[in-house]
Amino acid sequence: MNSFHLILRYFSASLRSQLQYPGSAIMLGIGAFLTTIIDMLAAWALFDRFGQVQGWSLGHIAVFYGVVSTSFALTDFFTRGFDVFGGECVKTGAFDRILLRPRSPALQLVGYEFRLSRFGRLAQALLVLFVGAAVVGVAWSPDKALLLVWTIAGGVALFTGLLVLQASFAFWTTESLEVFNVLTYGGIQAAQFPLSLYAAWFRNFLIFVVPLGCVAYYPVLAILEQPDPLGAPDWWLPTAPAMGFLFLAASFLAWRAGIARYTSTGS
Amino acid sequence: MDAARPYLAAFSSRFLLMLQYRAAAIAGFATQCWWGGIKVMIYAAFFAAAPAAAAASPMTLAQVITYTWLAQALLALTPWSADPEVALSVRTGSVAFDRLRPVDTYSLWYVRGAAWMASRALPRAALMLVGAGLVLPLVGLSDWAWKPPPTLAAAAAFAISLPLALALSSAFLMIVNIIVAATLTDRGVNVLFNSLIIVFSGNLLPLALYPDWARTALLVQPFAGMMDIPLRLYVGQLSGTGALLGLGLQAFWTVTLILLGRWAMARVMRRLEVQGG
Amino acid sequence: MPQILVEDLAKTYRVAERDPGLLGAVKGLVHRRHRTVQALRDVSFSLEAGELLGFIGPNGAGKSTTIKILSGILKPDAGTVLVNGRVPFTDRIAHVSKIGVVFGQRTQLWWDLPVSEGFDLLADIYRVEPARYRANRDELVALLRLERVLDQPVRQLSLGQRMRAEIAAALLHEPDILFLDEPTIGLDAPSKLAVREVVRRLNRERGVTVLLTTHDMHDIEALAQRVIVIGHGQVLADSPFETLRANVLAERRLVVDFAHEAPEIVMAGVEVRRRQGQTLELAFDPARTPTPNLIAALAAAHEVVDIHVGEPAIEEVIARFYDLHGAGEA
Repeated sequence: MNSFHLILRYFSASLRSQLQYPGSAIMLGIGAFLTTIIDMLAAWALFDRFGQVQGWSLGHIAVFYGVVSTSFALTDFFTRGFDVFGGECVKTGAFDRILLRPRSPALQLVGYEFRLSRFGRLAQALLVLFVGAAVVGVAWSPDKALLLVWTIAGGVALFTGLLVLQASFAFWTTESLEVFNVLTYGGIQAAQFPLSLYAAWFRNFLIFVVPLGCVAYYPVLAILEQPDPLGAPDWWLPTAPAMGFLFLAASFLAWRAGIARYTSTGS
Repeated sequence: MDAARPYLAAFSSRFLLMLQYRAAAIAGFATQCWWGGIKVMIYAAFFAAAPAAAAASPMTLAQVITYTWLAQALLALTPWSADPEVALSVRTGSVAFDRLRPVDTYSLWYVRGAAWMASRALPRAALMLVGAGLVLPLVGLSDWAWKPPPTLAAAAAFAISLPLALALSSAFLMIVNIIVAATLTDRGVNVLFNSLIIVFSGNLLPLALYPDWARTALLVQPFAGMMDIPLRLYVGQLSGTGALLGLGLQAFWTVTLILLGRWAMARVMRRLEVQGG
Repeated sequence: MPQILVEDLAKTYRVAERDPGLLGAVKGLVHRRHRTVQALRDVSFSLEAGELLGFIGPNGAGKSTTIKILSGILKPDAGTVLVNGRVPFTDRIAHVSKIGVVFGQRTQLWWDLPVSEGFDLLADIYRVEPARYRANRDELVALLRLERVLDQPVRQLSLGQRMRAEIAAALLHEPDILFLDEPTIGLDAPSKLAVREVVRRLNRERGVTVLLTTHDMHDIEALAQRVIVIGHGQVLADSPFETLRANVLAERRLVVDFAHEAPEIVMAGVEVRRRQGQTLELAFDPARTPTPNLIAALAAAHEVVDIHVGEPAIEEVIARFYDLHGAGEA
């Protein structure tokens, strides 16, 4: 059985165990749908009072938010194993069990849990994305749909990279570092608005350190058919999501260093 | 004085215990800095983008910025989630022991909850004051800094209003605790109230910046007294009779929620005792 | 070539230390002090296919470090480890496909899934060929009497049922070596007997090599042909259990029931170990005081109702052994 089929097997097993408590999963999903609505509330109020910001309207902000939030919601389905890795695997020694199985540890962590309740966040994110796109009049074409998929894939890679990095640090700290929530949940908050609103140092952080801008700003400009007000060349806009994959690859280097440390210290 | 002793003891022991969680405080501070920083930059962009609307805004940008840092600093002072100790004692059934003590359970839970929130807020607020109040001006970002209150009157009003906010938050926390005791789980309640409080306490956006037609309704609802009213008093957005009205609203909601909580608690506890829970 | 070959194994851990309090935490950020703990020094042994080895020693002696190295989780600092001709930690995936590991205190099954679904998932993880898997699973289910629990979620099983399911789970991919780390911990008496019976049959009938660590000396007595005692990171003894017992304790026990209140006994080389009403338990060295002489002397001087000869309890043997080697728990 190849890795892809194995992941599907893990997911179906995880779904079956969650469906033993169907009420809980559905309630959490609906709760997530309702609570993420407030993500857009402040933006709506600000546009209601100020009209526009640097030429952007609420519809544009909805597209920026929808793209980054969709990426995160998709990531959130399968990354719980990395999220709780420090507390539930390193600290308890459960990682030993993972090393005792003839499969890659990362693959086993992906299979750790498939979080059904995240459908609420995904539904909300897609709704905001497509309503926003309709309001600002995005003309969908096969090319543009492909660009959207590529953008979201880059976002999923970046958020997965962040969670892998968070898990890698746990090899040293043995705790789950909740500070990383700043980069995931806080990243959605930051990437909701175009980068041009931010101070230069913060913008550079979001481009060069944690490249959220590359998966949630530049390619969205291409979808909106807007030039970059900061002057990035046009060819770069649809290329930028590749940085998400680069970040993921770099995260896996840290992950491998973490495993090497674990196997030489045993803790 | 003697009658208050068990409650003072409960307050101080919980307060001192919670102060020890330094790692959590530092992580919380980092999170609040990130959130506060993003918000400040976004507000600045909006104010700069529409000068006419900015001039007509009920709060100046400087007021909004100070409000934002304060809201981040005092986030832990709002009743985010049910008191985890109460939730635990409900789950394990040890809630019965609290009923055996020769003290008033409502008051005991109330002071413990107040201590829990105050002790979580204090180190975070101190760190934020250093970060946003001292470091930002020193690195040349005084436009984006947390500023002192504009007048002595504003400072005095804030000093009265902040303890009232804690009293009101604790009274609301008790309502949440009682719902947890009645439903025996803290899951759904926390998710639901979290969002309500973030929006209606002014943490998400200063309540004055919502559309003008919603202004009165937003000011008189109970969550405003937990954060928005003290912060408006601090920045001087609410002064004179407005300030008195704000303090009055805080007191009114505190008393109302305490009465409501006591009534609900009596009913729930009677039910728990009948069930032998 | 032996199936497991361990030569001159050494492993040290560096343990970070910091002063208590906030100041200590800040100092720890700048300068970390480390203490070195020598978990294993110079451990050598080998094991042939089909052996059943008991691995005992006090807590912290190095048992679990050895097991972790043998199973490929941990890298040794020095020494050679070959299992089936492979180095476990460099060839992890190939190595772990051929071993089974049961930790008494940790589950390898899925808490909310029925036992049978957990088995199916493990077969996929280990890439067991479907027909082979079904045949092997049915055999294990019968051997471990798991028919009645197959459809139950793991969280609903009793500890004894769970341990049997764990052993089956560890054997689904037909490993030729089974590591059992305290498999009877916390089990009630019938479950312990059942687990021992299963381990014995696996070893005898299927030829699975078993390496067993335990604190329960009855496991060792019931199962192990050979025992390795480890203490302070070194092999203290490697011999059949009976040899170990004979070497450590030449002592015998005599339990005597008297017709009246038990008398005071003063005899060279004889000690009173227990006194209870009309019964005495005496310890003596048969080399100095031959058993017939002692019995004759007792019967001559007192009115004796019954006499039986015993050996010291197995826990005592081991405790005495640890003491002799200064390996008692630190």
